[in-house]
Amino acid sequence: MTDVKIDIQPDMTTEVTATERADVRSYLRQWAMPHVLCPGCAHGIVLRSFLEAVDQLQLDQDKIAMVAGIGCSSRLAGYVDFCTLHGTHGRAPAFATGLKLARPDLNVVVVTGDGDGLAIGGNHLIHAARRNIDMTVLLLNNSIYGMTGGQAAPTTPEGAIASTAPQGHIEPGFDACKLLMGAGASYVARVFAANPIEMTKVMMDGLSHPGFAFIELVSDCPEYFGRYNKIGGGPEMLNWIAVRDEGIAGPLSEKRFVEHIPVKPPAIGVKSGVLQREIRPVYAGVRAAEGQHT
Amino acid sequence: MTIQITMPGEKLIQGNEACVMGAIASGCNFYGGYPITPSSEIAEHMVRRMPKVGGVSIQMEDEISALASIIGASLAGSKAMTATSGPGFSLMQEHIGFAAMAEVPCVIVNVMRGGPSTGMPTSPSQGDVMQARWGTHGDHPAIVLAPASVGEVFDLTVKAFNLAERFRTPVILLYDEIIGHTRESVSLPESVTVIDRVTPDDALEEFWPKEADPDGVPAMSPFGDGRRFHVTGLAHDHRGFPTNDTAVAEALINRLHRKIDAHLDEVIEVEEYLLDDADVAIFAYGIVGRSAKLAVERARLNGIKAGLIRPLTLWPFPTAQVAEVARKVDTIVVAEMNLGQLVGEVERAAKGQAEVVSHLRTGGEPVTPTALEEVLAKIDGGNA
Repeated sequence: MTDVKIDIQPDMTTEVTATERADVRSYLRQWAMPHVLCPGCAHGIVLRSFLEAVDQLQLDQDKIAMVAGIGCSSRLAGYVDFCTLHGTHGRAPAFATGLKLARPDLNVVVVTGDGDGLAIGGNHLIHAARRNIDMTVLLLNNSIYGMTGGQAAPTTPEGAIASTAPQGHIEPGFDACKLLMGAGASYVARVFAANPIEMTKVMMDGLSHPGFAFIELVSDCPEYFGRYNKIGGGPEMLNWIAVRDEGIAGPLSEKRFVEHIPVKPPAIGVKSGVLQREIRPVYAGVRAAEGQHT
Repeated sequence: MTIQITMPGEKLIQGNEACVMGAIASGCNFYGGYPITPSSEIAEHMVRRMPKVGGVSIQMEDEISALASIIGASLAGSKAMTATSGPGFSLMQEHIGFAAMAEVPCVIVNVMRGGPSTGMPTSPSQGDVMQARWGTHGDHPAIVLAPASVGEVFDLTVKAFNLAERFRTPVILLYDEIIGHTRESVSLPESVTVIDRVTPDDALEEFWPKEADPDGVPAMSPFGDGRRFHVTGLAHDHRGFPTNDTAVAEALINRLHRKIDAHLDEVIEVEEYLLDDADVAIFAYGIVGRSAKLAVERARLNGIKAGLIRPLTLWPFPTAQVAEVARKVDTIVVAEMNLGQLVGEVERAAKGQAEVVSHLRTGGEPVTPTALEEVLAKIDGGNA
C-alpha cells in the first residue's frame, strides 16, 4: 500500500456539494436499516466519512474486516457491508489482533468508543498500539456512555453533568491521543465530526499507514450529553464540538456557543490533526519468515 | 480427514507438551496465550512449534485478550487454542460465552491449580469443574474433557479440536497440575482423524452465517473469502444480525444446546472398569481416576467387588452412563479434589438407585490410592 501524503490542514474554503460526495450506499447493509442511532448523533457523519475514505482508496470490500466492541459507536459495524465482528466490551483490539495475524491480507478496522476503548478496553488498545499491529482504530469520542443512558465516561470533562455525575463530574478526563502517543502508536490523529471532509482525508491517511493507526473522532451525544448539559440538539452539539477544536481557525470557530456550555471550557482533546507519525516495523506475531516453514 | 503425525512412536513427554503435540496433530495453527502456572509450558512449546507448522503465536496482554485473539483467528479460518489456569480461566469466562453464542470453534485448556483466587499455583486441584460448566453467564452449552494421563492429554486435545470444529463451539480441556507436569512415556499414534468445520457450498447464492443445517450447525465461512457477514454476541437471527425478537432468541439458544445434546454419542466418553459384578463403584476423573483405578485393583485382591466409572467427558455430564452404574451397584463413591462439585450430578443421575458418598480433598493434596482403598474397605465392612 502506498503512503498517501495529504495536507493535514483542512481547506475550509472548499465548497463541497452533495453531488460531489461519493455514493456510499453500496457499502451499507440496506436490509439492516433502520439503524439504532439517535436523531442528531454525529456517529453517522463519521461513518459516512469513513465509507468515503474506503471508496476513495478503492479498498476491496471483501477484504475489509471491521471489529467493534460495545456501545453506540460499535453498533456501526452492523450496518456496513464488510466482514464485521461485534465483539465484547472493550476487547475489539484483541479480537482484531488475532484476526489480523491469522489473515494479514485483511484491512482490519476497529471501531470503538471512549468508554469502550479507554475504560474497559484501555489495556487492549495500548498493547495493540505498542505492538504496532497493522490496523486502523476509529475511536468515536462522545464524552459519555450513550448506550447505557448517559453515565460519566473516562472522557467526560470535569464539571460536566452525567447521570452518574448529577452534580458535575469530579474526575479529570483522558486525552485519548496523548495516551496512544505514549503507548507508541505509530500514527495518531484527532479529527472533529464537525469537519467531515477532513475526517475523510485523515481516515484515508490512517488506512494507508503501515502499522497501528489511531484516529480519535470527536463526536457527540445530543441525547444525553447535550440534554444533561443543556447544550441542545445535533446542530448545537456540532458547534460545541467545533468549539473544542482549537486546531482550526475559520468559519466554524465563529459559531461558538460557549455561553450555553455549563462545563469548564474543555481542557482536553483540543488539538486536531495528525499528532504522531512514524514508520516502524509492523508486528506479525511469532511466525516463520515467508517461505521458511516446512 | 486423516493426518499423518511426523514423529510417531514412544516418547517421554510432559502433559503440557502432549497437549501441544495433540493440538498440532489436529491442525492448530494459532496460539494466543498469557503466562500462568502451571500451564506456561504450553505457551513455551507453542511459540517454538507454531512457526514450524506455518502457524502464528502471540503472547497477549491478559487472558481476556488471549481468548479474544484466538476467536478472531478462528473467524479468519484458523484452528486456534489458548491455555491457562484458575485465575486466568476466571478472566476467560466472558469470551467462553461469546464463542458459544457466536459459534466460534476454539479450544481452551485449563490446567487446574489450587484456588480460590490465586490459591496454590503449583498444586493440583479439580476446583474448576463447575466453573468450566457454569462460569460464563447465560444458558450456554459446554463441552469439557478431562484426561487422566499424558497420553490421554494428547488424545483428548485432538478430540477437543474435533468437537470444536464439528459443533462450532468452544471446547474446554480440563486437567490438573499433576497431569500437566508429569512426564510419562506415551505411544503416539501414527495418524489421527481430524474434523474440520463445514464451509458453505460454493454454489450458494445467498449466504447467511447462522442458517443451520438439520444437525443444528451452521456452515462457517472465513472472514476475507468473499462472503460478507456479521458476527455478534447479541441474540441474533439467521443473518447474524442482532434482534430483540424473543421467539428468535429462544430458538437460537435452544439450537445452541440441541446441536450438542442431539449428538451425545459423539461427545461423551466414559471408561468403565470391573463394573460387571461390582457392589461398589468409584466415580472419579482426571488424576483421581488413576488413584481410583489402583484402589479398585487392590480392593479386588482383598475380595471387595469394586469397580470404576471414569468420565473423560465431564460436560455434558454422562447422566445415562452413571444411571446405568447406579442400577448395578449398591454404592457409588465420588472422589474429587474439591469440596464436592460433580457429586451432585452423580446423585441426580443415580436417582436414589445407589447410595452416593463423597471422598473429597482440597488444599493441594491429591486423593491417593491408599485413601480410596480404605474407603472401599470401610464400605465393604459396613455391608458385611
